[in-house]
Amino acid sequence: MHIRNVRGRRQEAALGAWSLTLITLALFLVSTSPRAQAIPAFARKYGLPCSACHEAWPKLNNFGQVFKDNGYQLGNDKDAPIFHEPAYWPVSFRITPNWHRENSDKMQVDQTASGVQGITTHGFDLSGLDILAAGTLNKNISFLLVPSADSTGAFHFESAWVRFDNLLKTSWLNVKMGKIELDNVFSEKRNLTLSNTGGPYQIYHYQPLTSVSAQTSPFGIGDNQIGLEVMGHSKNSYTRYSVSVLSSNDGNVGLPTSNSYDVFLAGSQAFEVGGLGLQRVGGFAYFGRLPTYFLNSGGEPIAGAGQGNKPFQRIGFYGMWYLKKLDITTMFTHASEDKYLATGAATDGSVPLPAGARDAVWNGALIETHFTVNPRFIIVNRYEAIRMSQQSLPDDPTTNPSNLGDVDALTFGARFYPFMHSRDGFAIHPEYSILRTRGAFTDPNDGSLKDLTTSSLFLGFDFIF
Amino acid sequence: MFRELNRAMWLSLMLSLVFLNLVCSLPAMAQETHVGKLTGHADAGKKSYQRWCIGCHGPYGDGNGENAPWIDPKPRDFVAATFKCRSTPTGTLPTDQDLYNSVARGFTNSNMPHWDALTKQTRIDLVAYVKTFSDRWKTDKPGDILKIPAETPITIQSIAHGADLFQKLECWKCHGQQGRGDGPSASTLTDSKDNPIRPYNFAAGTDDSRFKCGSTNQDIYKIFMTGVDGTPMPSFNDVIQPNDAWDLVHYLRTLQINRHSKENEVLRAAGGKIPKIETKDAAPAAAPAAQPDAKPQGGRKR
Repeated sequence: MHIRNVRGRRQEAALGAWSLTLITLALFLVSTSPRAQAIPAFARKYGLPCSACHEAWPKLNNFGQVFKDNGYQLGNDKDAPIFHEPAYWPVSFRITPNWHRENSDKMQVDQTASGVQGITTHGFDLSGLDILAAGTLNKNISFLLVPSADSTGAFHFESAWVRFDNLLKTSWLNVKMGKIELDNVFSEKRNLTLSNTGGPYQIYHYQPLTSVSAQTSPFGIGDNQIGLEVMGHSKNSYTRYSVSVLSSNDGNVGLPTSNSYDVFLAGSQAFEVGGLGLQRVGGFAYFGRLPTYFLNSGGEPIAGAGQGNKPFQRIGFYGMWYLKKLDITTMFTHASEDKYLATGAATDGSVPLPAGARDAVWNGALIETHFTVNPRFIIVNRYEAIRMSQQSLPDDPTTNPSNLGDVDALTFGARFYPFMHSRDGFAIHPEYSILRTRGAFTDPNDGSLKDLTTSSLFLGFDFIF
Repeated sequence: MFRELNRAMWLSLMLSLVFLNLVCSLPAMAQETHVGKLTGHADAGKKSYQRWCIGCHGPYGDGNGENAPWIDPKPRDFVAATFKCRSTPTGTLPTDQDLYNSVARGFTNSNMPHWDALTKQTRIDLVAYVKTFSDRWKTDKPGDILKIPAETPITIQSIAHGADLFQKLECWKCHGQQGRGDGPSASTLTDSKDNPIRPYNFAAGTDDSRFKCGSTNQDIYKIFMTGVDGTPMPSFNDVIQPNDAWDLVHYLRTLQINRHSKENEVLRAAGGKIPKIETKDAAPAAAPAAQPDAKPQGGRKR
């Protein structure tokens, strides 16, 4: 008996030892895997590995930024479609089958005595589907069309634009019209997080908890907008600017709000610091307007007949700092919303402005870190903090505390690309994210405001072909 | 018992660490490159090569990357260490600056993009790594840099003399009488890997970027004085004098009929016709031999 135990433990010890060795070797091999390559339609067109344009798919590196800024052109004979193989089809598909677990620490539940309990749900699921058609219609005329479905298959147009590149034979003048991504170098469309809680950038979408316009006309810097963009860049895109005039409807089609226009401005400058890599600093500003009431017909609002426009704005500064394999993005934003928009008041007096109403003002900070072990393995971490600096209604410790709606969000993730070639992309994507919102839960028992914490655990197989 | 367990664990750990240490302490690639104040390191360049270059040039630098079968012209074979764009005599290795310039400039009429979006340090590191693929870099040194004298004035006489040289040097045999790359030998040309190759079509581009090895008059001078190694384009350095070379440059510019240039202005001012001139004594009687490893197909041994 004793001998058997000793043998068993010896075997366990040996097994443990070999396992440790194998794990060490496996980690080593993974971390030193030599080859990398990803939008596959471009990779197929130019015969370049995906890693040429992506730090780790889908995050762009500067070469990819230049390619994008040039209207999906490399500046060689392969740019114009007339030189492609006739069978070349500039289309890619992306979807992510996944398992995820969602937790909310408080929810009103009828069957619970206290009326409140935490809820956890988990299971296998699908992401939405992106169909990405992109390329050139002719030399210096490029396009992007992204019919996109949510996970139920309901489609909308995520992007649809045509761009005239290098007008007057200079890279400083490019004009794009359609539904476009705002010129966010720190792009939410190419981020490395996918979970429900950690996928979108809070800092790009935050609106105050009490904001009425957040319910009626949600807005986000991260949302694609419909309009016209003039942008320019130096040959290597170290220097970039963008000016956009946009319909004031947060990218929705059909002119649903009013006849006003928003403006988005962006600019950035990159500089080299020895062998550390390319550093970039930049800023952006969004000046928007939304109606406070609509003309009615038969008591119903007339689409597009919004009146009494009031302003909102987002201003941000960021830095992208590279220390060889480690890169850190830092961002600060300042935002405000007119008191009419924040409280839902109408300038025609049909909904009066509450007593003491004032503009809602808030600030946000973000720090995102990437460690690119190699082009096939990247580790991601992000922390965001958003703080209200002025509520739209006078502070009240119980019903409207000054920190109501403050947000803290933390996300950890990694992407591992087990194989890569220049025809498609595939990533194994584990991620955990947690979000706390101050005072977001109203206790049904006493009406007090409590913090709400939600979290996501996600494991997905992200692929594009 | 626990001692045994611990021993096994320690042994395992030690083996792993020894393995890691062995691999990680493999002698770093000592290849360095220097351009101005920049110093490139091959080991840093290897990582960049794997990210940007491996798909075409391949893991061994032999031009056999996974995309190579679909690419024309074929990717450069760094193992052969034969480079088209040099400031050094034909048959010799290029300078670090030559390779650095090629990486930044790219080649318009090939799959090779301009890589000036990469940092200077990344580019010089890449050059250092490219040089590890061939032992030739250990035994040979780059040739002496071609001295380019000051450009002579652009005159109709200069252009006319260049046109005369174009005939005498038999440039037209490959490039065609109008410089459209359609000379009688054009269809027979192959490169040093026996891949068909087309002579340069001067008339095709509307700007200067289509020249493979740079777009200035000095670059054109350099291209035909050093030759384009690995292609049938020979070096004319031993055949013509610098002043004659400049005359040829001026004539070649007039073949770029869609380009706005001083040469075309001079030609237009002269009525659009190049006058015939008497043969100069210094002019060569015949073209130099084609590159030994790249030749018309008709001369290939089968």
